[in-house]
Amino acid sequence: MSATGIGASVRRKEDHRFITGAGRYTDDINRPDQAHAYFLRSPHAHATINRIDATKAMAMPGVLAVLTGADLEADKIGGLICGWMIHSKDGSPMKAGPHPALAQGKVRYVGDHVAVIVADTYAQARDAAEAVVVDYTVLPAVVDTATATKSKTVIHDVAPDNTVYNWHLGNKDETEAAFKAAAHVVKLDLVNNRLAPNPMEPRAALGVYDKGEDHYTLYTTSQNPHVARLVLSAFIGIAPENKLRVIAPDVGGGFGSKIFIYAEETVCVWAAKKVGRPVKWNSDRTEAFLSDAHGRDHVTHAELALDANGKMLGLRAHTIANLGAYLSTFSSSVPTYLYAPLLSGQYNIPAIYAEVDAVYTTTAPVDAYRGAGRPEATFVVERLVEKAARQIGMDPARFRQINYITKFPHQTPVIMCYDAGNYNASMKKALEIADYKGFPKRRREAERRGKLRGIGFSSYIEACGIAPSAAVGSLGAGVGLWESAEVRVNPVGTVEILTGSHSHGQGHETTFAQLVSDRLGVPLEAVSIVHGDTDKVQMGMGTYGSRSGAVGMSAISKALDKVIAKGKKVAAYVLEASEKDIDFKDGKFSVKGTDKTLDFGSCALQAYIAHKFNGQDLEPGLKEGAFYDPTNFTFPAGVHIAEVEIDPDTGVTTVVNWTAVDDFGVIINPMIVEGQVHGGIAQGIGQALLEGVIYNKDGQLVTASYMDYTMPRADDLPSFKVGMTTTACPSNPLGIKGCGEAGAIAAPPALINAITDAVGHEDVAMPATPKVVWRAAQKAVSKMAAE
Amino acid sequence: MAMKMSGEVTLPASRDVVWAKLNDPEALKACIPGCEELVKDDDTHFSAVAKIKLGPVKATFRGKVELSELDPPNGYVISGEGEGGIAGFAKGGAKVTLTDAEGGGTLLSYEVDAQVGGKIMQLGSRLIDSVAKKYADEFFAKFAALVAA
Repeated sequence: MSATGIGASVRRKEDHRFITGAGRYTDDINRPDQAHAYFLRSPHAHATINRIDATKAMAMPGVLAVLTGADLEADKIGGLICGWMIHSKDGSPMKAGPHPALAQGKVRYVGDHVAVIVADTYAQARDAAEAVVVDYTVLPAVVDTATATKSKTVIHDVAPDNTVYNWHLGNKDETEAAFKAAAHVVKLDLVNNRLAPNPMEPRAALGVYDKGEDHYTLYTTSQNPHVARLVLSAFIGIAPENKLRVIAPDVGGGFGSKIFIYAEETVCVWAAKKVGRPVKWNSDRTEAFLSDAHGRDHVTHAELALDANGKMLGLRAHTIANLGAYLSTFSSSVPTYLYAPLLSGQYNIPAIYAEVDAVYTTTAPVDAYRGAGRPEATFVVERLVEKAARQIGMDPARFRQINYITKFPHQTPVIMCYDAGNYNASMKKALEIADYKGFPKRRREAERRGKLRGIGFSSYIEACGIAPSAAVGSLGAGVGLWESAEVRVNPVGTVEILTGSHSHGQGHETTFAQLVSDRLGVPLEAVSIVHGDTDKVQMGMGTYGSRSGAVGMSAISKALDKVIAKGKKVAAYVLEASEKDIDFKDGKFSVKGTDKTLDFGSCALQAYIAHKFNGQDLEPGLKEGAFYDPTNFTFPAGVHIAEVEIDPDTGVTTVVNWTAVDDFGVIINPMIVEGQVHGGIAQGIGQALLEGVIYNKDGQLVTASYMDYTMPRADDLPSFKVGMTTTACPSNPLGIKGCGEAGAIAAPPALINAITDAVGHEDVAMPATPKVVWRAAQKAVSKMAAE
Repeated sequence: MAMKMSGEVTLPASRDVVWAKLNDPEALKACIPGCEELVKDDDTHFSAVAKIKLGPVKATFRGKVELSELDPPNGYVISGEGEGGIAGFAKGGAKVTLTDAEGGGTLLSYEVDAQVGGKIMQLGSRLIDSVAKKYADEFFAKFAALVAA
């Protein structure tokens, strides 16, 4: 292993600019003469718009335009789209209601976009918004996930019972038979709480129109600028792709919420032509709470069937998934193909059947958020498994171990074919690090101090590296999910990597450069990673679902293979040897059995000056591209163990120990991976203990600022103990599985399992705030007193 | 957000005096915190402009006020609906009942039921109850002084 190659904990190249204020985010980009947009948003959860009167606003200082849904319609600008078609059990397509970027006739959630005011300054636009008179007829709100289909209020005419689809996966008959044959049946009702994504940088957009070229440029906070361009061009109809450049510069976190194509960037780029000036918008934090796509929001009933020895026979789940008021870009796939195929967990379960009803409510759209479907699946499986162990009186670690899949490849009953893993290795290591044997002693000691101590497991699995294009196409995806790369070697031997992946906190500028340094033997400083600009980078699919390593780097690897093969041809001419006798190692081409060598930089120069070969035999230059389409998902998996102490008097839960043992396959940069694990666990603990989006019964968002929405802070978290086990992924050339979401997937069930262990019953909902835990702990306290 | 509040206050004046002041726009305007305008449209309808501050949100609400269930001099229902522009909206009402107080004066009891939405709700939800209580206290302190004069 070289000091900068694969496996080295190289410090992140990009951090210097981030921590010295030299990063360049969308809001840092300004154009001369730019105007500012303010979005007038609905104060009502559900209302008909009878009239919008902007006469007074138009007359106010600095106001350039007040645009509404009628203007979009007049310009034939299409609505926002959902790019994944889900079919119901009966074969009917999902019921997708219209989703205009500015309301057309109706608003469907608090924060829905009614009009945009464009003015010389943001303050002027905001002041003018006060003067826009909107005549609403207020309609009833539909808020509750579990009962949305029973409401008489219709949100979209195409979905009279507020149902988007009734979908299913697995084998119903086999699963029913498994339950009939079961010695034990374990049942659980669960709510997966709704979350606000909260990236550090709020969304922003700057639309620019060049009249001379009839060309648009959109700077935006996107995880996938090419997908944004595709949707804005082909579906929304802003401009053809060759007339629209999308740039996603430095982006300060996304967690999924910046995958989607939203109203604001659509309107800014469209309005730039309307007003003849660049149009800038920057979200404030409350707007982010209102209009960034939320995550999770499932209500589930799940059951597990066991034989007399505790072996799993079958699992069934019925889930109601709240998709909010409109179908966001990939929303439909999250509670279906990103969820139910993970219900086998790490276990050998012969029969599985899942039913998912997706519903509309008058709340913000719900879409992918760190983990996207997989945290929901893991929460169901791991809560159910923990309860099952308790119900049959078996140690929860042992119960998992006897049910683990041990032979690979393993075909589950729900689509997935796990390619590699060693689940018991992770469990053994986790038990050791967590000192599981010492837990009873720690619990007794805590009891002496009047504290309830509990321990909980999560044997999570996820599917990353999304995904083989033909496979996802057959499941309804509107796009292919390959990735692209171009390796441009400059004549001096420096290298530019153009990647379709997008870095918004992941550290690609470092890890991708490590791969190149490792393969080409060039120093890290000689490698630049170029991403986030549709004019610079060939078509790409972006970053989400922990795919940048497994898919994005595999594309780079494939392009590097081509560069080395071309370099060998060049070296053969220069070294006057046969191409098949050329070796390439540690940055040097050499002729087998001789001391003749050509370093990589000199080879690049020779490729460009082209003096040593004939252009008819070999093309000059050293630049290669590749598109990599994965052959399978990847399956990172691991075991997290949470240990908590609860103060029964206050209900405060303290996370005292956290063990994470993960198998991410081959690791490029252990330090960055550990950072991803830490961040993921923090978000998972946030979901389990603190975070929750709340709408009141009128559909008003109660948690719209950090006064009411609690994010995890350093003092909520213990020092994590992180361990690794490794089985290389056989499905991609680098053996990478992906690590970006693992912590957020693993943590919530581990923590709730620990709390339910401490209080001695299952009735603990997320977020397990002091109020929730205090109530739950009172039962335990009265039991302790009785004993 | 629905907000419910009730209370009572003893006023140092007869029921007839209290009743008259409750129907006098000038008196109401002087007592309603932040009220800048209260214009009588007819006997039971008023147009109002009031500045309301709720935590970080300060906005001017414009709206209509209606008096109903009039039962002179025993009470009425006063209800209203106001738009605060981008700050959101507020609507609601109060049932006001007047009875003779023990030891003289008039006992005014009220039951308020109000809803707010939009930004005022998003940023101020946790403050609504305490601010409403404060506004009610301010109103009745001024109103008591006014009817005593």
